[in-house]
Amino acid sequence: MSTRTINHIQDFSWKRFFLQWEWMLILLIIAIFTMNSSLSPYFLNYISITDATMTFLDKAFIVFPMVMIMIMREIDISVGSTVALSSVVMAVAYNAGVPMVLAIMICLLVGALCGLFNGFLLVKYKELSAVIVTLSTMILYRGIAYMILENQSSGGFPMWFSFFGWGYVGTIPFILILFLLLAVIFVLVLQKTIFGRHIYAIGSNPIASRFSGVKVDRVKLIVFTLAGLMAAITAVFLTSRMGSTRPNVANMYELDVIAMVALGGISTAGGKGKMLGAILAVFVIGYLQYGLGLINVPAQSLLVIIGLLLIISVTVTNLRMKGKLKKKTSN
Amino acid sequence: MKDNILQSLNLEKIAKFRELGLLGFIILLAIIIQLLNPAFLTFGNLRDLLTNTAILSILALGMMLVLITRGIDLSIGATLALSGMITALTVSAYGNLHPLLAILLGIMVGIICGVILGLLVSKIGILPIIASLGLMNVFRGLTFWVGGGEWVSAYQMPPSFKSIATSSFLGINTLVLIAVVIFLLFYYFVNNTITGRQIYAVGSNPDSARVSGINQTKILILVYTIMGGLSGLAGVLWVSKFASAQGDTATGYELTVIAACILGGVSIAGGVGKVTGVLLGAILLGVLSNGLPLINVSPFWQMGIEGMIILIAVLFNTNVKMLVEKNNLLRREI
Amino acid sequence: MLRRWVLYVLLLFVFGILVACGDDSETSGDAAGEGTTEEGQEETDGEQNRYAIVFKNTGNPYGEKEMEGFENAINELGAEAILRAPDQPTVEGQIQIIEELIAQQVDAIAIVGNDYDGLQPVLTKAMNQDIKVLSLDSAVNGDSRMVHINQADPEAIGRTQIQAVAEIIDNEGQFAVLSATSQASNQNLWIEWMQTELEEGDYGDMELVEVAYGDDLRDKSVSETEALLQSYPDLKAIVSPTTVGIAAASKVITDKGLQGEVVVTGLGLPSEMAEYINNGVSPWMYLWNPLDVGYLAGYAADALVEGEISGEVGDTFEAGDLGSYEVTESEDGTEVLLGEPFRFDEDNIDEWKEIY
Repeated sequence: MSTRTINHIQDFSWKRFFLQWEWMLILLIIAIFTMNSSLSPYFLNYISITDATMTFLDKAFIVFPMVMIMIMREIDISVGSTVALSSVVMAVAYNAGVPMVLAIMICLLVGALCGLFNGFLLVKYKELSAVIVTLSTMILYRGIAYMILENQSSGGFPMWFSFFGWGYVGTIPFILILFLLLAVIFVLVLQKTIFGRHIYAIGSNPIASRFSGVKVDRVKLIVFTLAGLMAAITAVFLTSRMGSTRPNVANMYELDVIAMVALGGISTAGGKGKMLGAILAVFVIGYLQYGLGLINVPAQSLLVIIGLLLIISVTVTNLRMKGKLKKKTSN
Repeated sequence: MKDNILQSLNLEKIAKFRELGLLGFIILLAIIIQLLNPAFLTFGNLRDLLTNTAILSILALGMMLVLITRGIDLSIGATLALSGMITALTVSAYGNLHPLLAILLGIMVGIICGVILGLLVSKIGILPIIASLGLMNVFRGLTFWVGGGEWVSAYQMPPSFKSIATSSFLGINTLVLIAVVIFLLFYYFVNNTITGRQIYAVGSNPDSARVSGINQTKILILVYTIMGGLSGLAGVLWVSKFASAQGDTATGYELTVIAACILGGVSIAGGVGKVTGVLLGAILLGVLSNGLPLINVSPFWQMGIEGMIILIAVLFNTNVKMLVEKNNLLRREI
Repeated sequence: MLRRWVLYVLLLFVFGILVACGDDSETSGDAAGEGTTEEGQEETDGEQNRYAIVFKNTGNPYGEKEMEGFENAINELGAEAILRAPDQPTVEGQIQIIEELIAQQVDAIAIVGNDYDGLQPVLTKAMNQDIKVLSLDSAVNGDSRMVHINQADPEAIGRTQIQAVAEIIDNEGQFAVLSATSQASNQNLWIEWMQTELEEGDYGDMELVEVAYGDDLRDKSVSETEALLQSYPDLKAIVSPTTVGIAAASKVITDKGLQGEVVVTGLGLPSEMAEYINNGVSPWMYLWNPLDVGYLAGYAADALVEGEISGEVGDTFEAGDLGSYEVTESEDGTEVLLGEPFRFDEDNIDEWKEIY
């Protein structure tokens, strides 16, 4: 992965290479690992470290498209509700006699449609910001989930369905394998393709990019649909972990996801940040939470710690960026 | 310069029109609810509605300023809870504390929270959404910590404190009165003071605002401080109204407040927003939360209907605006 | 240059906080551990047993008391108690905590479920690793637990509340139920029993007009109560089997000066309800002692770990100050029943309001 980063930079300098935000995150991960293993005897073993990923990776799938969305200066706060709706639809479809494989397909379809609808509204009504649109659909999608399942829970899935949330390939959790696979794909798409470059272009200057031939509307539609689709994948894993579902699942997932993306160094001011940063941030927050959980830190302290981590790390990036800017102008 | 004035005139016209659209929408909604349940448009129910909307509208006015500067504040629910908890603990320990002092204490707590956020946003330049998201966690954690996992219950609060929310002046509930006073202050502040206009300037074009000598840092800190102070005030009012302070008070309330602003025509992209619009937005949400339980629909449908109505209101507003703009354009061409 | 220094200082600060937080919790964890080892070491030489309780969410006084009761029992037994709760009342949060407890190889997990079915996979995983699992208060389904500690029979809870309303309003008039969220399984069960009692008993002139949901939010519960009062001007009573709901409803009745015209009863924390029992809005209401629920769960957890019981019907065990208990059949699996719901009225509320 590191060689790819090197290629990216034109005039290579070691200093700049090591000053990247991603290194900071890797340092953080090392620090967290050191802290965890010194504080808890249960942390530093293969099973604990791999099993931990099962506890925090489900919502991490939404991080991929959220990075793209935030680079484009947009945001999607309806993803948690999309998870709930697609999960509920999947459960209801299965219990109505649809084969499980098909029910999963329906789940993915529902998620993608939710995302597409967001994208459509955004593209159709240009002056509406993404916050407005997704705030409305956030209430709407969860509302529909409530309409469908009311006060019931729905489950009784076939045995093999639990594989998604609980299964291993060899000794590696399936969710980790799929996450890493998708991570590679999304890194390549964002960092190496024209599509990815268009996303950055839209983020750094939407108007200019429109004139320079970027199909802004199409890119937005695709990315928002992807957000819905990834939310549906989260729904599959989450439902598998719970074995049943309710309309109130995945509450406030959007804020968790946004926090991960922000920690990953993606700025909503547009055009900046790397997919890799956000992926590392997933592991930073995940292992931090898991480690503190192993020493039974109360939930309120956990909130404060995660909040401070977010603020302080972003402060560091900002000061760094300001420093760079200053250097540039003085030159 | 002339162009600018013309443009702002046009914008004002549009804004006015949008508010009319929103007002029409509220009236339409009220008529529908009234047809379904005649108890809606009664004096008693309207009083309930206004009392319940007071806190929301106070917060929405503050949020409007934040949104105008292209910011957002997700921490207000947590700030509200923290200030409410600290105030409730104080009055339960010192029963003879004057209610006004309790209110001041709450506002102070809120202002401190707001200043911290303001500094993070303006001095360090952290994006408001991220800074406030982080602080939301911190303040919420502190609230649990301060309260020690316990709630402050009705019997622990002196009657004078609880009467803040239940008393009335000239037949108007104090909560509503406070909201009205704040509304009037805001109306004057944003329309008639230089600082008020500067807030809009910073939001509509930060670069030119900087060039024209506006101290952006000062404006940003001011805006978040006001928001914090109002959240602190709302915290005291909330605890007084419900006679209970919990650690999880008003979790997720920030989104309701933002929704009120957005419905009221405040643009997230900054620079646009009127106090009357925001008030109407808050009232629309108030009508929904008051009216939906009154009409005989399944409680499981309430959320879906609410989402649908908000979406329709947003699209309706946008369509009206597009129409007006088109007319203006045509007129200009003629 | 200055910038870079600031950067380094901040970096140090980040690590400092991380380590400090870790240290803090380590010492506090140790302190808790030390307090118990003194008593425990003689009985169980070697590894000390560790029992965990997972409540619905943090910052809930009812839950704090339940966890405190659990801790009391575990301390009496000379073992170590681990008290956990997610910051929001979600299944996802509880799954994560249970995974962390499994990794710590605790001996038993007592869970107050946020969902009836949603914890089955993770609790099954725990049981497969030889961790004893029991639920208390809000049950999880029969396959995901070995035994359930029931604070009071849901049937009794439901029926008692209807009998109470009938007595207060003299068997006549309209009343409504104000519940928590529509997703709360124990609430729904109680409401079902209320409806059964209403059908089976002799309540000819009483009518349940609506079940409203206040979602355990103050503002929503108040709006729902006001809507009930507007929609049913002849409403005589509101039954709310949840603390936030019953307190919010009582507050509305108090503020509107409807004392005596509309009564409120149900289940609520004495501290939250003291004001309204004393001002007559709620003549009486019910609850059980959460300290006892937690305490009983603590002893049951130990009995499971020590092999005294296996969660089968007919097993008996000693629960410290509470005396002897027997495992009985429940609708889904087995349970230990604590007792009848306790009635709080003007006479006893003042002594209980300080306690929980």
